[in-house]
Amino acid sequence: MSEKFQRKGKVSTAIPTASMPDIIFMLLLFFMVTTTMREATGLPVNLPAAKKIEKLPGRRGVASIYVDKQGRISIDDKLVQVKDIASIMYNKRIDALHPLKVVSLRIDKEVNMGLVTDIHEQLRKADALNVSYSAKYAGD
Amino acid sequence: MLLGKRKRERSAEIPTASLADISFLILTFFLLTTTINIDKGLGLTLPAKGEQKKVRKENVTNLLINARGQVLLDGQMVDIAQIKQIIRDKLAQRPQLIVSVKTDRNTKYDVYIKVLDQLKQAGATRISIAEPE
Repeated sequence: MSEKFQRKGKVSTAIPTASMPDIIFMLLLFFMVTTTMREATGLPVNLPAAKKIEKLPGRRGVASIYVDKQGRISIDDKLVQVKDIASIMYNKRIDALHPLKVVSLRIDKEVNMGLVTDIHEQLRKADALNVSYSAKYAGD
Repeated sequence: MLLGKRKRERSAEIPTASLADISFLILTFFLLTTTINIDKGLGLTLPAKGEQKKVRKENVTNLLINARGQVLLDGQMVDIAQIKQIIRDKLAQRPQLIVSVKTDRNTKYDVYIKVLDQLKQAGATRISIAEPE
């Protein structure tokens, strides 16, 4: 009887931890590669809702323009005037490292179309023609 | 001789016991700083500056939105929710149809996005944004 108990006690109950650093390193590498630091916090905006929304192609090559309820415009956490957008976007577009691909417009839903059209006009001047109107998913 | 022997006795291995702890620490840092990209939106390509194309009148559908958010589609007032079905029918008849969206300067952006969403849902790819007067 006592012999039986002893035999059971011989079974190792320790979890093998030799490969743990390897697994953690793998996870670490994954997160290091996918992490992009937050570049701008922007302005508080209440985005409109839409159903047919598409994902943006990553974060590199995407410039965000924030427009809040009061009509203030922010690019890279700097408040700018409408007339300055063209030159800012042009400089981003000719950037050698991450050339601008899409302009993400994060505009509050209370904003009037007059301002949005002015921004369109500026983007056209800078030849930044691909825009994405940022929106929440509307649901059914 | 004696000196040399003493040197050889020193451990030449790097202690790896804390390796897991260190990498755990870095891992938690990256876990916390990672923000998953959730920026989604309606894509649109603006016309280039000075680009003007002549299109046949029957290929264009005019969509006007006034300051009060009312929609006029080819001269008829319609509900925003109806746009999807109307445009879908029109596209079935004429696949090369261009939808020209014109807004008032005082139209709310929200209405514009709703209309654009309807057009996208209808499958319209040729959307033209006209400048408001």
